[in-house]
Order: sequence, then structure tokens, then C-alpha cells
Amino acid sequence: MPRYSGFRILAEGLRGNSGWQPAWRKPAPKSSYDVVVVGGGGHGLATAFYLAEVHGIRNVAVLEKGPIGHGNTGRNTTIVRSNYLLPENNNFYEHSLKLWEGLEQSLGYNVMMSQRGVINLFHNDAQRNAALRRGNSMRLNGIDAEILDRDGVKAMCPLVDLDNGRYPVMGGLLQRRGGTARHDAVAWGFAHAADARGVDIIEHCEVTGMIVEGGAIQGVRTTRGEIRAPKVGLAVAGHTSTLTDMAGFRVPIETHLLQAFVSEGLKPLIDCVVTFGAGHFYISQSDKGGLVFGGGLDGYPSYGQRGTLPEAEHVYAAGISMIPALGRLRGLRSWAGVMDMTPDGSPYICKTPVRGLYMTAGWCYGGFKATPGSGWCHAWTIAKDEPHRLNAAHTLDRFREGRMLDERGNGPFFWAQ
Amino acid sequence: MLRIPCPHCGPRDEAEFSYRGDATVTRPGPEDGIEAFHGYLYERRNPRGWQVEWWQHGAGCRAFLKVLRHTVTHEIRAVATATEALEVPEA
Ligand SMILES: Cc1cc2nc3c(=O)[nH]c(=O)nc-3n(C[C@H](O)[C@H](O)[C@H](O)COP(=O)(O)OP(=O)(O)OC[C@H]3O[C@@H](n4cnc5c(N)ncnc54)[C@H](O)[C@@H]3O)c2cc1C
Ligand SMILES: [Zn+2]
Repeated sequence: MPRYSGFRILAEGLRGNSGWQPAWRKPAPKSSYDVVVVGGGGHGLATAFYLAEVHGIRNVAVLEKGPIGHGNTGRNTTIVRSNYLLPENNNFYEHSLKLWEGLEQSLGYNVMMSQRGVINLFHNDAQRNAALRRGNSMRLNGIDAEILDRDGVKAMCPLVDLDNGRYPVMGGLLQRRGGTARHDAVAWGFAHAADARGVDIIEHCEVTGMIVEGGAIQGVRTTRGEIRAPKVGLAVAGHTSTLTDMAGFRVPIETHLLQAFVSEGLKPLIDCVVTFGAGHFYISQSDKGGLVFGGGLDGYPSYGQRGTLPEAEHVYAAGISMIPALGRLRGLRSWAGVMDMTPDGSPYICKTPVRGLYMTAGWCYGGFKATPGSGWCHAWTIAKDEPHRLNAAHTLDRFREGRMLDERGNGPFFWAQ
Repeated sequence: MLRIPCPHCGPRDEAEFSYRGDATVTRPGPEDGIEAFHGYLYERRNPRGWQVEWWQHGAGCRAFLKVLRHTVTHEIRAVATATEALEVPEA
């Protein structure tokens, strides 16, 4: 019988909720494992889950310096979509979206995946042409995409100010299968399912050194002792450089700040995800009722996990331009995460210059939607010591080889992606 | 909110400036080869700590400045003009 079900909730309700067990164990670290995954965010936990589930590798530890899911996984605006232009990216993200569609069944855990539709607004001819091109590229790869005209936008999201004096809306690119999921539940669900398959999830265990001998990884040093493993996978988002420093090589990553915001709770107001085309702004409404929204980077490197006011002002201004009614609301909270920005805006799921050391990194501010796909491809790459075709292009070497995955054509500026 | 003391204009709000990258990165010579250019364009120190970085004072004197800033606390310890030396402290 599944651990979590409607029946179980009913039964526990009658028993005063006295029968619930912790969703994962709290084991002490062993001295060695077949695979060590560093980072207990969604990507690390998903890597461990797919190692056990797909490849039968169960002697695995996930090492997390704090509690699981308190990094970017627990700080993001939870938008899930696969509306990318380049085939290397849209095929990968589509694989991830398909995993999302069956995730609750595979994990036995409710991640509140809600395919409520994602609309990217456009405001002029050039943006419309770019949206058509992106939509066509998606459809050529078998991904759903629709172009909405003004009436279509109005029908889905009546609060959008179509006649904004400066940025009138012409229409939008819609992916109906896109939507949102509950971020914390994604971390907990992967942890629960990985733990049930024998994975040790070790919280409050910071990796402080990498043991490399003869160009190959042998294990890691941690605040809870040395742990040996012939294979180590990194899934530490904005902290990737601090770990590759320990292993003795540099990566194309710069760590930047991204903020997110939530308003006071409201009755249902916005039942899809909408993004503004004339400024960096995206919004959806959580099931608790708060409007969840965000914008672009603060613009300078930071590991501080806190943003400053100029970007907050910009986000609020863009939001009010798109939906004037937001001007009546009060902001409730804001926070920030540390983004692993890359020079072309695309990620790395790959082998590294150290044998036996792998990484999933460089997720910029779009890695939540990638959580299952990243874990799946990272696990494949670790298990087989070679990439799957879905992540074969997402290497650290692509710049050296002139094969950038430059989705936006911004040039090699980490903060401009 | 950062306040950056511009050597030309005095202390100003961060909104007047834009960050333009790690200032310890220098362009290799034309014959230095692909590895040197790869390092210059793509590989970064990305320190969790002190970094010397370029900021352009776009809404002021428009000069490119070197700023010594801590990437965790955001403290700004020193600002220099583009041609002055500014070192990253040891720890
Ligand atoms: C404000 C904000 C909004 C975002 N919005 C979206 C969105 O709408 N849609 C989307 O797809 N993506 C979004 N993202 C991006 C997304 O959140 C991330 O790309 C994704 O969650 C990264 O997951 P992760 O598991 O790689 O990283 P994290 O969840 O950050 O996990 C990394 C973990 O590694 C741990 N760690 C670091 N160093 C060590 C060490 N030395 N030893 C042990 N553990 C260590 C950290 O404590 C952390 O828990 C957003 C991000 C932010 C910050
Ligand atoms: Zn100045």
C-alpha cells in the first residue's frame, strides 16, 4: 500500500494524525559508498533517486550541508515549462516535463504539479516573430505551443493591461502543459522515494575537500569525516566553483543573486503563469493564495542569499505595468537565492577533468523545471560514465569547441543571461 | 543597497553603476593560443569572498572603476580608477 494516499489522510484524521512516520531516515554517514552526491537540493536528491530506480545503484549518499531543500529548490518561483528555442535544450526540458507529468506516481508523493499554462507576452512585431520562431521550433520537436492573439490573452488572464500606453500587448506564446509545482514537496518527495530505495540522505554534512589521486576522485572530506567513493556527482548550484576549486579546476560559472517575492494571500486571481515581454517579470498564484513573482538578477556576483532594493523596485514596477491591479496589493516577503550563471545561459550535465567526478550545474535561474530531467541525465552519466544523448551537448568543453548553447544570443556575459 | 564611493563623483547609489565582470581577468596576447583565450573569456575564479571587479559609473562620470567587494557580505573596501592597482587581500 502506498505510504501516502487519500485513504491514509482520512484514516490519520480519525486517529489524530498519530501514525505518520518521518518521510526519510537520518542515517549516520558510512565510510564509503558506490556514489556520493554532493548537494541535497532537488537536483542532488533526484540524481540519487534515479541512480537507485533506473540503474539499480543503491549504495548512495546525498551529502547536504544544511537541511535538504533550503537552497534554490526552496526559494524559486516554481515555474515548470519546456518552451526553449534550441533543440538541445527543448528536447532536454521536454524530457524533464514528461517526467514531471508522471512524477507523483513515480515518487508516491504529492508534488502539486499543476499544468495551468505558461504565457509569454509579446508587445511588438519583432517579439512576435521571435515567439513564432520559438513556438515552431518546439512544435518541430513534438512539444505543444500555441500563439494567442490579444483576445486569447484576455480570455486566459483578464487582468493583463492589453492597452498599456507604452507596451501594448500583441499576443502571447502559450505552452498549456507548462505550470507550477510545490517546490518543498519536490525536495521531500525525491528524498522520501530515494530513501525508500536505500539511499542515505545525510543532512548537516558539509563537503570541505575533495580527495583526488592520480587525476581520479577517491572521495570527499566532510564536517562528519572522510567518505570514500569511486564516483562523486556535484549538484550544488551556486556553490559549484567552491567545490571545483577543491578538486583543482575552474569552471565557466559566476554566482549571482536572484530575488523572489510573494504578496499577501488572496482569493483566486491569476490561474496561469504570465510573463511580461517588456521587462523581466513573471507571476503566478500559489495554492495558498499568495501571488508569487520575480524578475531578473540583481546584476553582481553574490553568495549572500539576499537582494537589494533597486531590483525589487524594478520588479514591482514591471508587475504594475503588466497588471495594474497589483498596485493595490501589499508585498508579504522577499528573499534571494544564489544562481550558477553560465556564459551562454545553458547548463552542464557532464563529466569533468577529474575522472569519476560528474556535475549537474549552471542552471542559471531556470533549473527548478529541470529537476527530474537533470537528476535523470546526471544519474545516467554517473552510472554509464558517458552522457545520454539528451545531455550530450551540455558539456564544460562546449565553449572551447565553439558549440555554445546560446539560447538568447547575449554574448559570453554571465550576468546578461 | 550598495553605496560605491566613485573617485571622481563621490559616494553614489548602486543604481548609477553597472557591474562589468572580474577585473583580475586580463586579455592574453594575440599569439597566446586557444587555452589562454578560453580561460580569459569563460573560466572564472568566482570567489566566495573578496573580488576585484569592474563597475562602470554609467549615470555619473561614465568611467570604468575597480571595486574591491566581498561576495558574501557585499562590503566595499576600496575603489580605484581603471589604471590603478587594486589587489585581492590574502584571506
Ligand atoms: C528566486 C529564484 C527563482 C527561481 N525561479 C525559477 C522558476 O520559476 N523556474 C525554474 O525552473 N527555476 C527557477 N529558479 C532556479 C531553480 O531554483 C534552481 O536552478 C534549482 O532549484 C537548483 O536546484 P539544485 O538542486 O541544483 O540547487 P539547490 O536547491 O540550491 O541545492 C544545492 C544544495 O547544495 C548544498 N551545498 C552547497 N555547498 C555544499 C557543500 N560544500 N557541501 C554539502 N552541500 C552543499 C546547498 O546547501 C544546497 O542545499 C529560481 C531560483 C531562484 C533563486
Ligand atoms: Zn563617477
